[in-house]
Amino acid sequence: MSSDTPVIELKSVKKSFGPVEVLKDVNFSVRAGEVTALVGDNGAGKSTLIKGLAGIQPYDAGTILFEGKPVELHSPRQSADLGIDVVYQDLALCDNLDIVHNMFLGREAAHTGVLDEGHMESEAANTLTSLSVKTVKSVRQKVARLSGGQRQTVAIARAVLWNNKVVILDEPTAALGVAQTEQVLQLVRRLADAGKAVIIISHNLQDVFAVADRIYVLYLGKMTAAVKKSETNQADVVGYITGAKTQEVGA
Amino acid sequence: MSNQNAIQTGNEGSFLDAGRNYIARVKGGETGSLPALLGLVILATIFAVANPIFLKPINFANLLTQTATVTTLAMGLTFVLLLGEIDLSAGVTAGLSAAFLAITMSEYGVAWPIAAVIAISMGMLIGFLIGLLVAKVGIPSFVVTLAAFLAFQGLQLVVVGKGGLIGIDAPPILAIMNTPMPLAFGWILLAIVFLSYLGTSIYSRRQRTSSGQQNKPLGILIFRSATILVVGAGFVSFLNVERGANPAVTSLKGVPYVVPIVLILLAVGTFVLNRTKFGRHVYAVGGNAEAARRAGIQVSRVRITVFMISSTFAGIAGILMASRQASVDAAAGRSIVLNAIAAAVVGGVSLFGGRGRLSDAVIGGFVIAVIDNGLGLIGLASGLNLAITGGVLLLAATADAITSRKSRTS
Repeated sequence: MSSDTPVIELKSVKKSFGPVEVLKDVNFSVRAGEVTALVGDNGAGKSTLIKGLAGIQPYDAGTILFEGKPVELHSPRQSADLGIDVVYQDLALCDNLDIVHNMFLGREAAHTGVLDEGHMESEAANTLTSLSVKTVKSVRQKVARLSGGQRQTVAIARAVLWNNKVVILDEPTAALGVAQTEQVLQLVRRLADAGKAVIIISHNLQDVFAVADRIYVLYLGKMTAAVKKSETNQADVVGYITGAKTQEVGA
Repeated sequence: MSNQNAIQTGNEGSFLDAGRNYIARVKGGETGSLPALLGLVILATIFAVANPIFLKPINFANLLTQTATVTTLAMGLTFVLLLGEIDLSAGVTAGLSAAFLAITMSEYGVAWPIAAVIAISMGMLIGFLIGLLVAKVGIPSFVVTLAAFLAFQGLQLVVVGKGGLIGIDAPPILAIMNTPMPLAFGWILLAIVFLSYLGTSIYSRRQRTSSGQQNKPLGILIFRSATILVVGAGFVSFLNVERGANPAVTSLKGVPYVVPIVLILLAVGTFVLNRTKFGRHVYAVGGNAEAARRAGIQVSRVRITVFMISSTFAGIAGILMASRQASVDAAAGRSIVLNAIAAAVVGGVSLFGGRGRLSDAVIGGFVIAVIDNGLGLIGLASGLNLAITGGVLLLAATADAITSRKSRTS
């Protein structure tokens, strides 16, 4: 795909909760093969922006272009059908099920109503192998027994298994230790290298600078900066986040 | 096809490794119905020593028919408990179904198969309404089913009449709990159970082998098949012994008809939970309803369906109850729901949802029945009997709470 056609492009997106304007004319675009970071302080509107893309909380106004074509996102199913997947902070895994079951949750393979466990097991194992995941020993372990990093890995692998075009990661490293953070960030990078458009939301600027290609900053519902990582530094981004600096974002 | 995957499937290793894995799982809190099985053995030993009648074939057959109603109810309730919900109305639903069965037959002259279908369908309808109120209106299941528990007691009084009693005289209905099968049927039943276990196991091994996947060690299959054969043969031969008080007048030997009925419910229910999408979704919603919703599972449909299943099982339990008592009274089914919930929990079904199997409910049902039956034989006052049952339930619930906390925090 030519780099000038973003996979997702939001134009003048608005969202209010009663009198509170959470998103004010926000423009946002993500490209395939890139990691796009979305940063901002608490209450800046990051979650609201993502919930709109996930179809959980539709925007009030604005245009959504998916691969250049205008689309509507009014339900999680519409987002899923387009290939947009969100890996949530609380991971949205079922602790009582094993890795295979979780990766195929809601989309189980079945022959005439009977689950095809063998097929699901090998697909899950292949996906983990293709992502060079080495931390998971058995795909038949219960998710309850996995570490935070392994759980995050399973959640991300699920997005890969379903061949999604856009993978949105909400604070993927928030609860992880140093080594596990490193593993997850490598996984995020591999995801983008495999041609996916990756959006990562994070408070940790170190992680953002380690993995992102482009950085978008939300400040009180406005997109105050959209910069390439190579053209900025941490101090500037902190300035955008706290509102000390602004860069007018046109398109 | 040798697939050099770095990711294992948990089926590697020998029979001994599998044993070690199992011990590790038990230590990690995944005990399943193991404590209940151990408890069953200990209780049975104590009662057998205290009163030799406990081990007599007549008492064993009694035990089976005593537990059948509660066990059937408990299996249905397991579906509801797997979602972390509760159904307090299952017992009175059984009572109401029994009343409908009796009335359609005695007052409207309906043939017994049609009356049975009406009774079971009524259970299903009640479950649908309860499920609708829980899933769509959002009333906690505890309150909906408590309201149903009270209301249906009233309805039962109206239908049956105060202090009334409706007799059941259809021989096939009476036979379920009171007449044993011909001796050969017991052995045929065992053969069917054994061959279907062996058949499905070998089929799934073939499937895995053909898609290049590891199988569990063959030793496990052999061990399990042998267990089924030995335990099953023990059951059948024990039940085929003459147990009538006066064999010259009325001979009483053979496996009761209710046994295959409960086994079929167990097999079908287990298949649905383990091998179908719906079953997987039940566990998913019970484990993390929000995750299930985000994965595109229609949570309210699953919720309504489990209440329908629970009440359908209650309808079947109602027929068993009517058969055993040969009549239906105004209070039928009022007290059994708590025993059924206790059976499921004692067997290892979690009250927090997401964990448990139908076989747990069956084993738990046995534990509750053995306590009831054994304490009765020892001659303890029935007050103490209730206190002990309550204590066992509390013990099981404590273990459940600790296990659930462990798996949440680790």
